[in-house]
Amino acid sequence: MNAPLPAGAPPTGGRRLLAVLLVGGFLALLVLLAWGVSRSDRPDRESLPSPLIGKPAPEFSLPVLHDPDYRVGSADLRGQPYLLNVWGSWCPGCQEEHPVLARYAETKRIRVVGYNWKDEPADALRWLEQFGNPYWVVVTDYEGQAAIEWGIYGAPETFLVDAEGIVRWKHVGPLTDRIIDEVVAPMVDELEAGR
Amino acid sequence: MTALRARRPDARLVACLLALLAAAIALVPAPAPAQAVRNVQPLEFRDRAEEQRFHDLTLELRCVMCQNQSLADSDAPIAHDLRREVFNLMREGRSDAEIKEFLVQRYGEFVLYRPQFGGSTLLLWLGPGLVLLAGAVVVAVVVRRRAAANAAALDPVDDGQEW
Repeated sequence: MNAPLPAGAPPTGGRRLLAVLLVGGFLALLVLLAWGVSRSDRPDRESLPSPLIGKPAPEFSLPVLHDPDYRVGSADLRGQPYLLNVWGSWCPGCQEEHPVLARYAETKRIRVVGYNWKDEPADALRWLEQFGNPYWVVVTDYEGQAAIEWGIYGAPETFLVDAEGIVRWKHVGPLTDRIIDEVVAPMVDELEAGR
Repeated sequence: MTALRARRPDARLVACLLALLAAAIALVPAPAPAQAVRNVQPLEFRDRAEEQRFHDLTLELRCVMCQNQSLADSDAPIAHDLRREVFNLMREGRSDAEIKEFLVQRYGEFVLYRPQFGGSTLLLWLGPGLVLLAGAVVVAVVVRRRAAANAAALDPVDDGQEW
């Protein structure tokens, strides 16, 4: 295969450089692949970064679950920050995060607005009856039309919106105590301090 | 003997089925984020051209829930909603580019199967070309070196060595 080289001749500088480059490139590729594999078991590996962060929350006005004649919307919520939590009675992850959300809502640091998505109102009410209602108010989006404006694609999802109506943060998937303590609470404190 | 013979493939078949079952269980995907289930009215197109345009457009868009399917293929409820949204936007007379922009503004660049060129996608677009170029350089260097070595071997007078 190789051209006949004098036995025992030291490899030329160029040849050594090439070998180093090839081995180095191969190792770099291995590291890249290992990094990819190590990231693949993140629970939120499929969550999409929201393009709404730093932008005004979409305008909406939706019927209230407990009184459908009454509507609540973005205009009503302005003036103080709020946490918008997307849930449905059909959603196991929502049940999972419910105690976490309830615990944080009880501190009354921030209004927690429920966004009942693609749910039968009767089911939603029964769900709240059964597990407890941590929400300041629950709005309903039966058709899921307004949810498209928010970029909602699953439940649970949670948005943090500041007093000016700017989306500050979004989380896809169930909230955990750790996320509340390490991310949400500090951001909420910061929003309060900035006012 | 025949009975024994007949039984043997049976046992093998059972083992085979068990293995298949085990494989199927192993392949069950991790619990995906929950989705609501609801029947949705099928979309009604005015004509073939509109249907074709809709089909082509939704093939270019990625379903945000089941991320390896296009919007056209997916049966997730959110895909139903987004298809309806795309349909309504088409009816409003928006162009394909405007419809894509609408979805990108809400769900991010991720929804595009063919991401826009530039910014954070530069490496994505140019990466394969760069790798190809690097490979070509390596091949060129190797070929040139071999040619030089061969020439030297064929014409020992030219190299100053004593063999």
